[in-house]
Amino acid sequence: MVGLVVVSHSERAAEGIAEVAAEMAGDTRIEPVGGDGRGGIGTVPDAIEAAIDDADDGDGVVVLVDLGSAVMNADVAVELSDAEAVIADAPVLEGAVNAAVAATDPSATLDSVREQAEAARGMEKL
Amino acid sequence: MSGEEDGEAASAGEATDGAAVVAAVEAVADRFESERDHLTELDSAIGDADHGGNMARGWAAAAEAARDLDDPDPQAVCRTVGKTLMAEVGGASGPLFGGSFVFASAELDDGVTAESAVAFAETYLEKVEDRGDARVGDQTVVDALTPAVHTFKKSVETDDLPPLEALAKAVDAAERGVAFTVPIRARKGRASYLGWRSVGHQDPGATSALFILEELLATAADALDSEVPDVDATSPTIPDEAPEETAGDGDGDATPEDED
Repeated sequence: MVGLVVVSHSERAAEGIAEVAAEMAGDTRIEPVGGDGRGGIGTVPDAIEAAIDDADDGDGVVVLVDLGSAVMNADVAVELSDAEAVIADAPVLEGAVNAAVAATDPSATLDSVREQAEAARGMEKL
Repeated sequence: MSGEEDGEAASAGEATDGAAVVAAVEAVADRFESERDHLTELDSAIGDADHGGNMARGWAAAAEAARDLDDPDPQAVCRTVGKTLMAEVGGASGPLFGGSFVFASAELDDGVTAESAVAFAETYLEKVEDRGDARVGDQTVVDALTPAVHTFKKSVETDDLPPLEALAKAVDAAERGVAFTVPIRARKGRASYLGWRSVGHQDPGATSALFILEELLATAADALDSEVPDVDATSPTIPDEAPEETAGDGDGDATPEDED
């Protein structure tokens, strides 16, 4: 099953987003990761890499990211990780919910889950 | 930096190389400690004023981690430095400066030779460019790194200069690259939000790259028991690729505000 990692500058935001997505996720692994490792705002590539490894059961991992350096740090983590992982170019919460739903499809692939996450870019709320 | 021409001679001196690399990391850490306020001042003009503190903290931790290595071969030192910077330096400087160290360290399998140093430098630049999606003329660290790396490569591979002289030319090129960031407009990073108001400001990231190269040169000269060579600064080292748009179109907002 394709796993998910939610990366935010705030550890609590990552946990909260993972919590929302988990409502729709069935058995999908969703690993939240965030914060600078010192209790502050930021992201750390090593922590993201560990989250990717935790979320991977062999079918790959889609990584959802918030802003700025979180994208770069996730990019470094994806490159360092032995797991097959891709970053979705999507809003982090909406993308995580979409990806969680997509991952429950028995025929889901890394690409299909990423595509569904990225489909959240066009979601209108009003 | 080892001055030997061939790989065998260089690998015989690997232990020394490792110690020299640790010494370079310590020198860089000291430099960032003393430049903390200077970098923060540069970053407060166009960024979020945390670059000086971030780099000082990150390199202090990197120096400590490098000192703690049981077997400080150059590759292990560079990998450790990169990992530590990624963990300790906040914002984009972590993946840009630190991540690139980790990946470039793969080029040092056989220790530091002039050839592996060129490969290291090229990989480092490529990683920074790709990760930051930045090119020369964007007012970023790339403006210092690109001329430095190109000059180093040309000096070693084409001009056949000794490594220390090649490094001295690279530092000189980086210095001019830093100066080049002042009159141009930022197109990447937080400074890009300022638009024309970024004109007239020296890029903190490019400045940091220069500090690292300067300390590397000083440590290499020490390790080889030589003076830092004088370089002929008359040949242009800024690469040919011109930025898509050039600064200096006479926009009224482009007044430098560097005075304190």
